[in-house]
Amino acid sequence: MRSKMLVAALAAAMLGGAGAAVAADKVKVGLVSTLSGPNAAIGNDIRDAFMLVVKLNGGRLGGLPAEVMIADDQFKPDVGKQLFERMVKRDKVDFLTGVVFSNIMLAGLPEAIEGNTIYLSPNAAPSPIAGKGCSPYFFAVSWPNDAYHEAAGQHATNQGLNNAYLIAPNYQAGKDSLAGFKRFYKGKVVNEVYTKLGQLDYSAELAEIRAAKPDVLYAFLPGGMGTNFIKQFVAAGLNKQTRLLLPGFGADQDIIRGVGDAMLGLQDTAHWAMNLDNAANKRFVAEFEKEYKRLPTGYAAQAYDTALLIDSAVKALNGKLDDKDAMMKAVKAAKFESVRGDFRFNTNQYPIQNYYLREVQKDAQGRLVNNVVSKTPVMANRGDAYVQDCPMK
Amino acid sequence: MSVILLVEQALNGLQFGLMLFLLASGLTLVFGIMDMINLAHGALYMVGAFFAAWLAPIVNSFWLAIVLAVPLTALVGMVLESTLLRTLYQRDHLAQVLATFALILILNEAVRMIWGSDMSLPTPKALSGPIELMPGLYYPSYRLMIIAVGLVIAVLLWFLVTRTRVGALVRAGASNREMAMAMGVNIRMLFTAVFGVGAALCAVAGALLGPLLAIQVGMGDSILILAFVVIVIGGIGSIRGAFVGSVLVGVVDTFGRTLLPHLFRELLPPQWASAAGPAVASILIYVLMAVVLFVRPQGLFAARG
Repeated sequence: MRSKMLVAALAAAMLGGAGAAVAADKVKVGLVSTLSGPNAAIGNDIRDAFMLVVKLNGGRLGGLPAEVMIADDQFKPDVGKQLFERMVKRDKVDFLTGVVFSNIMLAGLPEAIEGNTIYLSPNAAPSPIAGKGCSPYFFAVSWPNDAYHEAAGQHATNQGLNNAYLIAPNYQAGKDSLAGFKRFYKGKVVNEVYTKLGQLDYSAELAEIRAAKPDVLYAFLPGGMGTNFIKQFVAAGLNKQTRLLLPGFGADQDIIRGVGDAMLGLQDTAHWAMNLDNAANKRFVAEFEKEYKRLPTGYAAQAYDTALLIDSAVKALNGKLDDKDAMMKAVKAAKFESVRGDFRFNTNQYPIQNYYLREVQKDAQGRLVNNVVSKTPVMANRGDAYVQDCPMK
Repeated sequence: MSVILLVEQALNGLQFGLMLFLLASGLTLVFGIMDMINLAHGALYMVGAFFAAWLAPIVNSFWLAIVLAVPLTALVGMVLESTLLRTLYQRDHLAQVLATFALILILNEAVRMIWGSDMSLPTPKALSGPIELMPGLYYPSYRLMIIAVGLVIAVLLWFLVTRTRVGALVRAGASNREMAMAMGVNIRMLFTAVFGVGAALCAVAGALLGPLLAIQVGMGDSILILAFVVIVIGGIGSIRGAFVGSVLVGVVDTFGRTLLPHLFRELLPPQWASAAGPAVASILIYVLMAVVLFVRPQGLFAARG
């Protein structure tokens, strides 16, 4: 009797174990992004590009039916944290993604890590998570926060621009960005100006720039601040005297929509552009425009890649989504055709990739587009400056 | 710092101040006469800017777009006043703040639904570059135009308020509402008209700043804070106070941003100066407001005795 009980128990245990290893019947993804308020355009691009992959795959990711849960963080870190917690604990999602802003992502990330859930970042990739704070559950599918600024500094050095004037808002990301620029800039920094976050009028700063006559002006002013600054820079006629260099997101399609023709000819550095010549990118740009009747931003390209990465990982796992170690390996392999061309993950799971010089030009239809001007990258196979602090191998 | 830079910064301060004046004058009248805190004032500024940006390519003229955007925005303002805000006059300020804050959210999302989250309004060609005012001093011609328009509107408003019958009614309403009503002033009509004028001034500011600032959903929220600072400094209900307050805020803010970092660099070790300069410059106008509140709690030119 006792042995029979034991056999039954063993059988049950084995069945139970086997049940766990049986392929899942669907893949659940939690997408938390900023979908309302002044910054909603970015979150909408991330959501739309991600869902485009699901749609093109006939509602599937990696061969499994995809259930994507979309939630709005309302640009509030506390709301983002709650949503992460809900999706990890209640909905038990297989992957989390979507957040635009680092402050919101950093608030939510501990929930994902404690809940053993992989977070794939389509945008925010702050330096603390690249270094000491790195985690096997965090993957940056975008670019390290400093990267665009480093590439801009490198470009200014390559061009022999000897005097640089730097401007950024007075907060941590502003200071980090200018530090990134200076890391690879060999010329002289004439002045470093930190303005109020959310400043509207830059006439006073522009007057000083005119008097300083720098060779190059590097401006890290995200969102509406950048739109204001670029409009006023051009209105002041400074574009005839000084070369304005921007980080890629500072000259993206959302900024172009706001500034208009004054953007023509401005240069920036980024890891992706609409005219990057690869099959995956051509398909992405064409399908995105067809589906949403607008041109994609870099944020959209990053979210599209994130969805492709999930697709490739689920495929490699043959649907065995419970094996987290295998899942991390499959994600880290990054076996998919990225719209940016080739890239790979570093030991800290931040990308090693190329950064290009772009310029705002008019396309055949007369629209303003931000195109790569040279196929030779400004920085090739660049990782980040923090990887040595990350204990992961 | 050279003389040229000083003159240029003074012009910048004046221009910024005059734009604030267009917003603050409407706000101060509504607050002063109707005793109504209208947080949605900034939303009308946004509506005005979007109207202008939407109309400019349709009518193919920057100026005509502004001329059309102004009455359209005034109409939106008057409709809001006569349908919604009118019911709030009897309520306390907290109810007004809550209701008009809700109105901001509604107008923001409505604009997003109609026009999307951002639009562009190009600078008219004739004013797109800088002009040389004196040897070595280049100033954007568009900003000069804003200064001119701002001054003209300030003079017109001054004339309207101090030299006309309507102005007398407005002043009467601002200094003692109950008495004005008792004397037979049609307060309803007056309120709607004042609200319309306030909205029209918002539209002028929004449309004129369109080529310089981002036209985006929520653009009115940040500038409204400055408009409130202006009317607190100038005194609630006073056009003259709004004018002086606006120019004061514009000039103090502009010079604070440029002179303070220089001053700190002279006086403090570099690592302190680079941290303290921008920080102090960004709070300077609030310090100014605090000083005014301390010395003259009713503001510089209070309408009420």
